[in-house]
Amino acid sequence: MRYLVYIGEVLIFPGLLFTAVIGLVTSWIDRKVTARVQMRVGPPFLQPFYDVIKYMVKETCVPAGASKFVFLAAPVCGLAAATVASTILWRVNIWPEKAFVGDLIVVLYLLTIPAIAVVLGSFASANPIASIGGSREMKLILSYELPFILACLVPVVKTGSIELGRILAQPAAAASPSGIVALIVAILCMQAKLTLVPFDMPEAETELTGGAYVEYSGPPLGIFKLTRAMMLFTMPVFLITVLWGGIPLTGGAVQILLGVVKYVVLIVITVLVRNTAPRVRIDQAMRFFWGPVTLFGVIAIVLAFIEGI
Amino acid sequence: MSFTINALTKSLNVFHLSGSACNNCDIEILDVLTPRYDAERFGIVLVGSIRHADVLLLSGVFNKKSAVRLKRVYEDAPKPVVVIAIGNCACTGNMFTGSYNVTEPVSNYIPVDAFLPGCPPKPEAMISAVVKLIQKLKGK
Repeated sequence: MRYLVYIGEVLIFPGLLFTAVIGLVTSWIDRKVTARVQMRVGPPFLQPFYDVIKYMVKETCVPAGASKFVFLAAPVCGLAAATVASTILWRVNIWPEKAFVGDLIVVLYLLTIPAIAVVLGSFASANPIASIGGSREMKLILSYELPFILACLVPVVKTGSIELGRILAQPAAAASPSGIVALIVAILCMQAKLTLVPFDMPEAETELTGGAYVEYSGPPLGIFKLTRAMMLFTMPVFLITVLWGGIPLTGGAVQILLGVVKYVVLIVITVLVRNTAPRVRIDQAMRFFWGPVTLFGVIAIVLAFIEGI
Repeated sequence: MSFTINALTKSLNVFHLSGSACNNCDIEILDVLTPRYDAERFGIVLVGSIRHADVLLLSGVFNKKSAVRLKRVYEDAPKPVVVIAIGNCACTGNMFTGSYNVTEPVSNYIPVDAFLPGCPPKPEAMISAVVKLIQKLKGK
């Protein structure tokens, strides 16, 4: 019985099904707002769902010379990691006592796997364009992980715990100066983690024609798109959970509404940045993340130590 | 099959293959995607890779050399895929018929689902062609 509940949590609520539905709705909001910014009408509400269903009925092409197993396993790994990360985050938000020691570290690792899956899949597809996309994705991971982890260390310093439940029990990190700096750093890293403009060099539709995904077709491509949509939901929730007091579903209507507002604010920032900024080069992105962003991450941690004294 | 076709017609990813066209048709194709017509209302988006495509848009005359590439691109496309020939050149060969390097119209190389003549066809004509094609695919 206990295992049935676990499986239900991973597959239905708050895991795969719930995350996929909300993620696809969020990706519709992203596309609709983008269309409105460009003075277009935009796609209908169910468009992301149609897209995913369409990918599922298309043929899967495996290019000659590709490593078949890695090519087909990579999207599934990415989807699984995004699902489990979302499940752990929501379990903590709904039942804070269900957290386990070190779940912050587990989630940090799980949130990296979808990006690594893209790297593996692109290198396995034996396509030079995909290789360029994959190498850019790899450099992007190297650049944003350091400041992202620095930002996530701020609540750890403030609460002295690597357990998400304990971090949630304390006042939100974003209520202090160090938390605000950390949140800004984390939002910048989120933009890169979601590979949205200005950090969409791995995909770079105008120069790499789809980049890392260039050889993918049918269900594997659909799984990649679904993973991206789920990450668009999971990343803001992670930021809210770690730095901004979480979304307490048991805390009454006002608390839930407040959580939704936080989520909408993060999504609006992401979409507006994506629509107003041009793409930067990969070396500019690395310099940006290893320079000023890492510096601000360190400043946030020093501030957190000073506040703790 | 009808479920597949339904899913396909709700979200068409278009790959545009220009066979040394004079760019008039290409410009008109891009017009369909601009805010004035906004094909994304119907889930139609332009993609950069043939592996992502559901629709293959052909413009221009495919000569002896580019026809080989045309066949390869068609074979690379994940099925089911719909082929639309845009403009007089792709439909019939236009004024290049009988030229030393043009042998046949596009439909002799790969199966074409819709022909859209015009030099170039208007964006409205393209939208109308896609609507008719969707109805034909659904068997109406």
